[in-house]
Amino acid sequence: MNTLIDIKNLNLYYGTYHALKDVSLTIPEKAVTAFIGPSGCGKSTLLRTLNRMNDMIAGTKIDGRVEITGTDIYSNEVDVETLRKKVGMVFQQPNPFPKSIYDNIAYGPRLHGIRNKQKLDEIVEQSLRQAVLWEEVKDFLKRSAFSLSGGQQQRLCIARALAVNPDILLMDEATSALDPISTLKIEELVQELKDRYTIVMVTHNMHQAARVSDQTVFFLNGEVVEFSETEQLFSNPTDQRTEDYITGRFG
Amino acid sequence: MPRKEFDAGLGELTKLLEGMGNATEQMLKESIDALLQIDVNKARELIQRDAEINNMEERILDVGSKLILTQQPVAKDLRRILVAFKISSDLERMADLAVDVAKVVLRLEGQKLVKPLIDIPRMGETVQQMIFESIRSYLEENVDLAYKMSKDDDIVDQLYSQIVRELFTLMVEDPKTVSQAMLLTFVGRYIERIADHATNIGESVVFLVTGKRPELN
Repeated sequence: MNTLIDIKNLNLYYGTYHALKDVSLTIPEKAVTAFIGPSGCGKSTLLRTLNRMNDMIAGTKIDGRVEITGTDIYSNEVDVETLRKKVGMVFQQPNPFPKSIYDNIAYGPRLHGIRNKQKLDEIVEQSLRQAVLWEEVKDFLKRSAFSLSGGQQQRLCIARALAVNPDILLMDEATSALDPISTLKIEELVQELKDRYTIVMVTHNMHQAARVSDQTVFFLNGEVVEFSETEQLFSNPTDQRTEDYITGRFG
Repeated sequence: MPRKEFDAGLGELTKLLEGMGNATEQMLKESIDALLQIDVNKARELIQRDAEINNMEERILDVGSKLILTQQPVAKDLRRILVAFKISSDLERMADLAVDVAKVVLRLEGQKLVKPLIDIPRMGETVQQMIFESIRSYLEENVDLAYKMSKDDDIVDQLYSQIVRELFTLMVEDPKTVSQAMLLTFVGRYIERIADHATNIGESVVFLVTGKRPELN
């Protein structure tokens, strides 16, 4: 598998708090990589460095490199808007815009200059189909996104992220607020999407990581403890701390 | 401690396996004693006792299944349960084979042994020791002991070959002994199979500790 994201000696500080410590990691393309670890271990922080969401937090300082397809995304030449178009994100709580289902999806493409109605229709349908939501909403696209269930709203958010044709999809605890059936639908969706997108997910649900991901990274106190094939990590981890965490001895 | 219930369940599994191991070892010992004396009452009692071993296996399957269902174990915890299933299955088969020895005793009722049995009890003692050590290696998670125990399988195989050779010679020399000699050959075969199952337990112990599947047979 080709490397898409190459993180080199990354350190991140929130003020004086050293949140990520010398993290080096290569994330392969068109695969699912899961970040696991106890609360406060740095997994969400690292996820947010991949589309520079941490830029918005005052007092954040970063050194090291985060390269996506060979480009350091923290270099001055990188346009953050363009970066976030390429690196979409889905959050813990579904956060649809207070707009129609259609406009939620069309919002991003419009922002990037697409005005043609037919083209927008195509993007909306294609994105909703990719998020396995089309059949459920195709007859009432003008309805408010808030009329959808929580699970549908989350798939709408995934469709919205896909509408701007990203390379990478970041999922930060994207199913933790959903019921088991909706969670299963999102997990199945992730399996379908990984043929076209590189997916990086943070999850507290270790069995979800085991079910869905190809690689798993275990974080502890801002450091990468273990990064290996998911099957290997959950069946026979090499580091005792990983074993202790995944078997519930701490965390 | 968040694992209190889980650890209690794993502890119960270990205890059940220890009990099943001891019971199986005892069955082998008593089946060979019954053979040496051609003690049919003892043999009948052993055949009845097999149900207890089967119940122990079922209990292990129940406890382990419940732990998988409720605790969703991973890594060594999962291996511990999978290995408990495998070992209990091996022990159950070993007990069946001890019962097969007891059934031979029933068929020998009223007969005198065609020769003094020397190598069969020797084989039995070696295999008893193998069962004991296989269970100990599991309880102590002792890979070295598992390897050491499995080496004794070679001694058992040699004794079995010797028994077969000797009994075949006897059959050729005196065709009247064929029926009993055949049964005694079967006994040798049953005990040899029990040793193979003990070796399987050794393999399970290595898998439990290392996560890798060795070939000890």
